[in-house]
Amino acid sequence: MDQQESESQQKEDTSKRHTYPLIRNSDMHEEMRTEAMELCVTACEKFSSNNEGAARMIKETLDKKFGPAWHVVVGEGFGFEITHEVKNILYMFFGGNQAILLWKCA
Amino acid sequence: MDSLYFNLNHPKEKTNNIFKNIFQRGSMILVAIKADFNWVRMPFSNIAKSDRTGKKNPSPISARRSSSIAGGPRLKPGSVVPRNIASVRDDGEQDDDDANAWDNRALLKPDDQLNLTEAELKEEITRILKANNPNAPQNIVRFNYKEKMYKLIPHVEQLAIHFQMDGNLIPVDSEEAKRQLMMKKDDENSPESESEVVNAETEVKPTEEEDEDGNKRVAGQKEKKPANQFNFSDRASQTYNNPSRDRGEMTEPPPRLNFSSNATQWEIFDAYLEDYEQQQKSKEKKPSSKTLEKQKVKKTNQADQGDDMLKVAKSAKILERMVNQNTFDEIALDFKYYEDDADDFRDQEGTLLPLWKFACDKAKKLSVTSLTWNKKYTDLFAQSKGLILLYSLKNPSYPEFIYYTESGVMSLDFHSDYPHLIAAGFYDGSVAVYNTAESTQVPKYTSSARNGKHTDPVWQVKWQKDDLDGNMNFFSVSSDGRVVCWTLAKSELLFTDVVTLSLENSLESPDGGIVAALGCGTCFDFNKQQDQIFLVCTEEGKVHKCSKSYTNQFLDTFDAHHMAVYSVVWNSFHPKIYLTCSADWTVKIWDHTCKDPLFTYDLGSAVGDAAWAPYSSTVFAAVTADGKVFVFDLNINKYEPICEQIVVQKKKTKLTHIAFNSKYPIIIVGDDRGNITSLKLSPNLRKKPKEKKGQEAPKGPEYEIPKLDKILSLVRDPEAASKQ
Repeated sequence: MDQQESESQQKEDTSKRHTYPLIRNSDMHEEMRTEAMELCVTACEKFSSNNEGAARMIKETLDKKFGPAWHVVVGEGFGFEITHEVKNILYMFFGGNQAILLWKCA
Repeated sequence: MDSLYFNLNHPKEKTNNIFKNIFQRGSMILVAIKADFNWVRMPFSNIAKSDRTGKKNPSPISARRSSSIAGGPRLKPGSVVPRNIASVRDDGEQDDDDANAWDNRALLKPDDQLNLTEAELKEEITRILKANNPNAPQNIVRFNYKEKMYKLIPHVEQLAIHFQMDGNLIPVDSEEAKRQLMMKKDDENSPESESEVVNAETEVKPTEEEDEDGNKRVAGQKEKKPANQFNFSDRASQTYNNPSRDRGEMTEPPPRLNFSSNATQWEIFDAYLEDYEQQQKSKEKKPSSKTLEKQKVKKTNQADQGDDMLKVAKSAKILERMVNQNTFDEIALDFKYYEDDADDFRDQEGTLLPLWKFACDKAKKLSVTSLTWNKKYTDLFAQSKGLILLYSLKNPSYPEFIYYTESGVMSLDFHSDYPHLIAAGFYDGSVAVYNTAESTQVPKYTSSARNGKHTDPVWQVKWQKDDLDGNMNFFSVSSDGRVVCWTLAKSELLFTDVVTLSLENSLESPDGGIVAALGCGTCFDFNKQQDQIFLVCTEEGKVHKCSKSYTNQFLDTFDAHHMAVYSVVWNSFHPKIYLTCSADWTVKIWDHTCKDPLFTYDLGSAVGDAAWAPYSSTVFAAVTADGKVFVFDLNINKYEPICEQIVVQKKKTKLTHIAFNSKYPIIIVGDDRGNITSLKLSPNLRKKPKEKKGQEAPKGPEYEIPKLDKILSLVRDPEAASKQ
């Protein structure tokens, strides 16, 4: 029992601790990836309870910075199959429960 | 015809102008106007009198005519004309009476006529007909904005137009009329055309009649188009349309990839957990990874050094030399200060002290094929093998420059004026010029198969003075029997064949023909005083004296050796003396005016190279295939070398070349294993003869030539010399 408890505690701890942005898949250039990641963090922190707002903000900023036709998905649970332009995808987790997917495809 | 009325108050000029205008419109009106005009010109005084008297000075014609007009039915009331002739109107009824009845008529007076006395009647009343319009307002006042007040307008328009008609008549003889006549004549179908043309009146007919007339004509014939007075015509044309063509092109779409995944809470959780574990692991590994990083940094540093070396090349070079100075400290001291004390006890013989050894891994087991000192930087010399190495005495461990060549390098020469230029001859027969000032491996100039390349190895190259055009040039000799002068033009090497070494006795081919055979040149040297004269040696052992001026003809030919001549060198001072060395073990000293050698030395092995010392006319050195260096001083011993020394470590190492430094008492010798040894000459080998106390040893060519001459004279004429 103690073992189980400790395990569950540890998991809770980790889930609490694990709020940092974690990139799952990206083929972007280093500079672009960092910028996109920071943008996602900013947007998700700003719109912590409004995923649509966050997605909109990310999309519009990316369109301005890297040219049009960016697509952004922010959510806690979704499945997807997308076609993206090479060197223009970022799939990351943030905040322990949010998945952010952004890609470019004109 | 309408009646005309004129304002008599008009100034005369204006009236005339009106007349003129009317006059121009047509001749029909002219009659009436003329009549009126006459009337107008009637003296006004008469009219005035007749007004009053009625009988006095009557002007019957004028009166009658005027009445015919003035009494016309359309006389406008209030017009100016009737006022002046009002009295005349009263006589209108009598117009048709005879002239005789005129006087008998009783005067009828109107009731309201004033009864004037005789005196009053006789009184002269002058009336002036003015050009002013009495109806025109005289007192127009307008506001003047400029002066901010009402002002009287002094000048009022006096013109009053009572009738105006623009006619459409044209003179019969005018251009327009003629044209219209012509057109009408052409239209012969029209029955009325002739009469119309002649009768100008039809033109003047009122428009209504014209229309009626025109309608009639429409019924009878086609309507005629009026002439186009602007000579205007419509034209239209269509340009060709360029044929259009469809073209389609598709650009390559940007590369795309598919990506699919599921974002779920548990996946996110797992991902974080995995990452967390990895972090834990990396923390454990951190110490080791740090060391790895350090190693990496070291490696990168080493890699970077290559680039940095270029930046700090100069300082690195200095450092390298300092290190070398430390490692070869003893040798450096020997080079500078060591003098063999044993020489004092030996009578004449001297020794050679080995100093640095120059060896390069890259040149291992490559035979030294040429050695030459730089004439300006006396510490620098070049060595050629399969590659060209430039060493400095300051850095014996590694060459200053390395040039890799495609073919084996057989010969080298530094330019005396441009010490950065090196001429090189190759085994494949080509020649090239390297510029050490440029950091490229590629030669600045190179000869190709197209521009006169030798067909056999180039055994020797030598720079010559710039030619008359100021172009640098050098000579080369090759086994193909040619001596070629190469001129450095702007971007290419130009060649001139100076001499072809034809053999005296041409070979007979098996079928009886004669084959022109060429001698195989091995070496050559230019006379130091007369640089047009040079010697060319061949593998056949012959020495040809040639001149640049006479190609294909030898000034002289010596049968010098039995085997190939390896080297020929003019004496540094004496313009007539030269030495040759050969594979037949001998070194010979010659006077170029003399057929026979002055001295012959047998060295017991093939002599690879021989050289005169730059400091004395009587000293020369030779290297042999058994690894020995011989130094002769004719002044000391005419028959035996004053130094004979083995300088190679291993047996069977052949010495191939030797070169004296022009400044320091050292020689360098190259062997067939790629090593170069520098040797210091002991004091006995460079002894100045006849040193007397309190008297400086004589120096210079003035002294050196007679010194050699004296010795030579002993050889030439021993008896005479002994008598002396």
